[in-house]
Amino acid sequence: MHGPRDIAISRRGILIGGAATAALTSVPLAEAQAFPAQAKPSTAKVALTVNGTRRELEVDTRTTLLTALREHLQLTGTKKGCDHGQCGACTAIVNGTRINSCLSLAVMHEGDEIVTIEGLGTPDNLHPMQAAFVKHDGYQCGYCTPGQICSAVSVLAEIRDGIPSHVTADLTARPQVTNAEMRERMSGNICRCGAYSNILEAMTEIAETHA
Amino acid sequence: MKPFTYARATSPAEAAAAIARTPGAKFIAGGTNLLDLMKLQIETPSHLVDVQDLKLDRIEPTGDGGLRIGALVTNTALASDARVRRDYGVLSRAIVAGASGQLRNKATTAGNLLQRTRCPYFYDTNQACNKRQPGSGCAALGGYSRQLGLIGTSDACIATYPGDMAVAMRVLDATIDTMNAQGHARTIPIADFHRLWGDTPHIETALAPGELITSVTLPKPIGGTHIYQKVRDRASYAFALVSVAAVVQSDGSGRIAVGGIAPKPWRVEAADAAMPHGAKAVAARLLAGARPTKDNAFKMPLVERTLAAVMAEAQTTKVAA
Repeated sequence: MHGPRDIAISRRGILIGGAATAALTSVPLAEAQAFPAQAKPSTAKVALTVNGTRRELEVDTRTTLLTALREHLQLTGTKKGCDHGQCGACTAIVNGTRINSCLSLAVMHEGDEIVTIEGLGTPDNLHPMQAAFVKHDGYQCGYCTPGQICSAVSVLAEIRDGIPSHVTADLTARPQVTNAEMRERMSGNICRCGAYSNILEAMTEIAETHA
Repeated sequence: MKPFTYARATSPAEAAAAIARTPGAKFIAGGTNLLDLMKLQIETPSHLVDVQDLKLDRIEPTGDGGLRIGALVTNTALASDARVRRDYGVLSRAIVAGASGQLRNKATTAGNLLQRTRCPYFYDTNQACNKRQPGSGCAALGGYSRQLGLIGTSDACIATYPGDMAVAMRVLDATIDTMNAQGHARTIPIADFHRLWGDTPHIETALAPGELITSVTLPKPIGGTHIYQKVRDRASYAFALVSVAAVVQSDGSGRIAVGGIAPKPWRVEAADAAMPHGAKAVAARLLAGARPTKDNAFKMPLVERTLAAVMAEAQTTKVAA
C-alpha cells in the first residue's frame, strides 16, 4: 500500500530514526550494551471485507483496525478520538455489531465484514440515520458524528434484538425504544459539543419511522 | 506499542502450550483491556496468541442444572441469554452496569475476569507502582485514593479489582475452568481466583503462567430476588465507587458481594448470615478490619447505605410479587 500519505510517515520515521542514531552514537559502549535489544516490528497479512469490498493488507501487527481503516484504506470517516475506548469516535460495525475499532488489532479481523460510516450511506444516498442527524442538527463540530451514527444505527438494532441494558426494568421482557434506553445505550459515545438531545431526536425519528 | 509477533491458536491445549514455550507471550481475546494497556506500554508482550478460534463461545446447560459459559462468550451475549436473565438476573444486571455497548460487544467472559485495576498510579508509568513494576513502591498510598481499596489491601498496593461481572459471579458461587500447557484441566472456585495483593500485587489471580480459562460454570439456580446496585460518579459508563450484588430470599436470608472496595469481589460468610438483621449488621461484618484512606473513607458509610437500598428494593420486589 503506497500513497501520498506514506511520504509524511516516512519523513517522520526518518526524523525519529535520525534522533535515535544520534542518541546512540553519544552513549559509551558499555552503557549502550546495558539496553536490551529492541524487538523488530513484525508484519502479517490480513484479508477483510470493508463496506462490501474485499481488501487485502500487510500490516505491522500493532496496527489497530482503526488505523488500518484510516491510514491503509484511506477511509477517514472513522475518527480517532481518545484511542483508548473511552470516547466512541472510532465506532465501526464488525460482523453486525458495533465495536471500538481503536481497541482491536487489524490482524484479528481476518474474514470479518466491516461497515464504516462510508458504507452506511453516501452523500447522494444518505442512510436514514445520517439524514435524520442532518435534519435534527445532531452535531456541531462533527468529529464524533461518524461514531455516533454507527452507534445509533446499532443501538436501535440491539433494542430490536432484545438485548437488555442497565435501564431495562424487566429483564425477562423485551426492551422498548424509550429515551432512557437510547441515552443509556449511547453512553459510549462522547460529544463534547453537547449535541446529545438532537442526536436523541434523530434516533427517535428513525425508531418511529423504521420500526 | 512495543512490537510483537501474532499467531492464532486452534485448540485450548495448543494455545496454552504456545504461551508456555514463548517468554513474554500473552493470550488475546477481545483485547479491550490488553490493547489499552499495550498502548501505554504497561503491558509489553513479545507475542500474542489469539484465542478467538477456540470455539469457546457457547453457553450450555450442565448435568446438574447449572450453566457452563464459554470463555469467549461476549459480555453482550451473556447478559442477553434468556436463561441467564431468568435464573441468574444478578449476572445480567452486573454486566450491563459496566462499560459501554461497544466494549460489551467485544469483551469476553474470561477476559473480563482478568481485567486489570484502574488505579491511576498503575496507569501512569511515571509513578511508582508495585503492581506494574514490583519493588518500585506505591504512589497511591500517599496519593489521591478516592477510587481505591479499603479492605483486603496491603502496604504494597491499595488497588481494587474494577469489574462488575465477577462480583455477580461471586454471589452465584461460580467456578472457573482452566487448561494448562500439558492439557490438564482444573476448576478454581471464584472465591480463590482473585488474590489479595499482599507483598506480590503483580500476581493477581490463581492462574499459573500459560494457564487458559476455558469456561465459567454457574451452579444450579438458587432462586430469590436478584439485584445489582452500582454507585458511580456518572449515571453510565463509569467504574464503581461501590457496587453490591445480592440474591435475597423471601425470608430475608441471602448472599451479598461488594465491588469497588477490595482486590477481589468482597464476600464474607458472617455478613451473609447477618442479612436478616439489616444493612448495618451486614456492613459491620463485611468491613471488619477495613483500612480506608482519608480520601476513600466515604466508601464505608456508602457500602452500608447501598446495602440498605438493596435490601429495601428486595423487600419491595417481594411485596409486589
